[in-house]
Amino acid sequence: MNNTDLKTQLIADFKTAEGRMNGEAKSAVHQIRQQALERFDKLGFPTIRHEEWKYSNVKNLVNQAFEFNAVTDFSAKDLEEMPIPNLEGNILYFINGIYNAALSSIVSPASELQIMTFAEAAKNQPALIEQYFNKYSDYQDNAFTALNTAFAQNGIFVHVPDNTVVEQPIIIRFINDARTLNVAAQPRNLIVVGKHSEVQIAEAFRSLGENASFTNTVTEFVIAEEANVHYYKVQNESEKSYHVGTTSVLQAGKSVFTANTVTANGGFVRNNLNIKIDGEYAEANMFGLYIPNGKQHVDNHTVVDHAKPNSNSNELYKGILKGKSTGVFNGKIFVREDAQKTNAFQSCKNVLLSEDASMNTKPQLEIWADDVKCSHGTTTGQLNDDALFYMQARGISKDTARALLTLAFAQDVIDKFEIVAIKEYLQELITEKIYQD
Amino acid sequence: MLKISNLQAKIGDKEILKGLNLEVKAGEIHAIMGPNGAGKSTLASVLAGRDTYEVTGGTVEFEGEDLLDLAPEERAAKGIFLAFQYPVEIPGVSTTNFLKTAVNEIRKYRGEDAMDAVQFLKMFKEKMKIVNIDQSLLNRALNEGFSGGEKKRNEIFQMAVLAPKLAILDETDSGLDIDALRIVAEGVNKLKSADNATIVVTHYQRLLDYIVPDFVHVLYKGRIVKSGTKELALELEERGYDWIKEEVEAKELREAV
Repeated sequence: MNNTDLKTQLIADFKTAEGRMNGEAKSAVHQIRQQALERFDKLGFPTIRHEEWKYSNVKNLVNQAFEFNAVTDFSAKDLEEMPIPNLEGNILYFINGIYNAALSSIVSPASELQIMTFAEAAKNQPALIEQYFNKYSDYQDNAFTALNTAFAQNGIFVHVPDNTVVEQPIIIRFINDARTLNVAAQPRNLIVVGKHSEVQIAEAFRSLGENASFTNTVTEFVIAEEANVHYYKVQNESEKSYHVGTTSVLQAGKSVFTANTVTANGGFVRNNLNIKIDGEYAEANMFGLYIPNGKQHVDNHTVVDHAKPNSNSNELYKGILKGKSTGVFNGKIFVREDAQKTNAFQSCKNVLLSEDASMNTKPQLEIWADDVKCSHGTTTGQLNDDALFYMQARGISKDTARALLTLAFAQDVIDKFEIVAIKEYLQELITEKIYQD
Repeated sequence: MLKISNLQAKIGDKEILKGLNLEVKAGEIHAIMGPNGAGKSTLASVLAGRDTYEVTGGTVEFEGEDLLDLAPEERAAKGIFLAFQYPVEIPGVSTTNFLKTAVNEIRKYRGEDAMDAVQFLKMFKEKMKIVNIDQSLLNRALNEGFSGGEKKRNEIFQMAVLAPKLAILDETDSGLDIDALRIVAEGVNKLKSADNATIVVTHYQRLLDYIVPDFVHVLYKGRIVKSGTKELALELEERGYDWIKEEVEAKELREAV
């Protein structure tokens, strides 16, 4: 087998889907899809020879066949098995990539936000989609983004008008039901936030079942002046899951964007977070936490591109690695020639709880401006022996002491979550995972 | 209660304890004094079970049981408490949460029921009075950003909560001003009873003005070379340690001849 299997399947799928289209095949959106497919065809899936994929090998993914947008008998009853207790707000469900209106509920008034599936938006709001779609997530050098763009159909489109505080958060739960077959989903989300507006958006990924699950997701944020956006990405997927996700953000002046990316579980995870600060006095915050065990692999690639002066970025990623798990952190900071008075801080801290776990970290700073403050630091180590002994000397068993210290290490990232139900959900999930062996 | 016989311990290749003997009975306060590098803190750490020290010989019995076979947390559960010379800062873990965990793990070890939040609240309130410690300190991350005095006071608060049979105070006076010293010493004295015992490890006599020992031992070159009553501490305060060193060296010389 070689790595053309999934690729061949996808290209054939594209042609089939295209054949079933009526007028849409001629639409601007579809033109972009066609170009993206051509690009995907040319790029192919990356191998470890590709610098950006050196430590994240997708060969096991691309040698499998998947059913995209599979319809299974997933029901509200199955949902009870995977609760996020006390969750309130606009809650949208995608099962195997397909929007499930029956499970979903939108509570915010239409005056606060427009929310619809990507397909609906492409059909009903073509002008809006054309204005924003595919402007921010570059697929030229990323086969997965090209692939997602070629199949852009499912996912949500959110538009928050100017001067609007969206009171209730938007929570999108992407569930892959792999109980009967290998399934795949390619959500494509576009979130446009107007001037001086505020919104909180969470994406929660979950997979169930013994078969393989593949998610290739792209989310684009377009954030206008003085807007404040909180973005949460929560991953709790199976050992047999593959997740490649790209979040691309364009920030205007005086906007604040805060991303919290927490990977509680996932077989193979690659998160790309790309932020372009294209205005003055803007702020980007990136927090991350990953706790792989067993043979799980979690790779976070982040890029902050400071294009304009007087903006700040802060980044803190933390990793707790157990078993034979592997982790990757690659953080790029660009400070363009114009971006004087930039403050950019990056930190990645990791604790290895087993001798077989490993972590690769690579900070990359490229600075063309001369009047900037930038710092970066990465650490990978073990738990503090002095602290462990101190706790044991008070009667706390070594295992409990290790768990307490590990949880304390993770706590500041968990505490950044402002959606209480999700914070509590994560707290429990992570506590449980830390205490289990 | 505690019987140390011919205890030998090393760190790396360096022998530190070289045949130490000490017996402590319930109700007693023993002071261990000695010059820097004599092995005082090593003794405290070995008794608490720190595994950076390797015990190479001798025995330690605690209430008739071999102590050296037990993990540090088991020793704590049996009633041994070490007040650290340098309490460790633990970000992200509050003092109350830490102590609740400790108390309930110890109770579990002893086969007792876990305490609930209400019981803790009541118990903590009582114990807080003993060392005059503030609730706000206990809500903060353990020792993080605490002053020297706050850290030591927190150690004694923990001691009050855990109510050990044998408390070992390792250089508890170091880094304390006289007011903090008095508060800490008062705390220790209030916790004193006929059923428990205290070992005070200190370089200086001044702590012993407040915690009055029944016995004073001088530790030098890994052994107890002189024992006496509180008057010995005063003599050390006045004359320093040189005369002890000379005595030991003269004795070694005689033995060599």
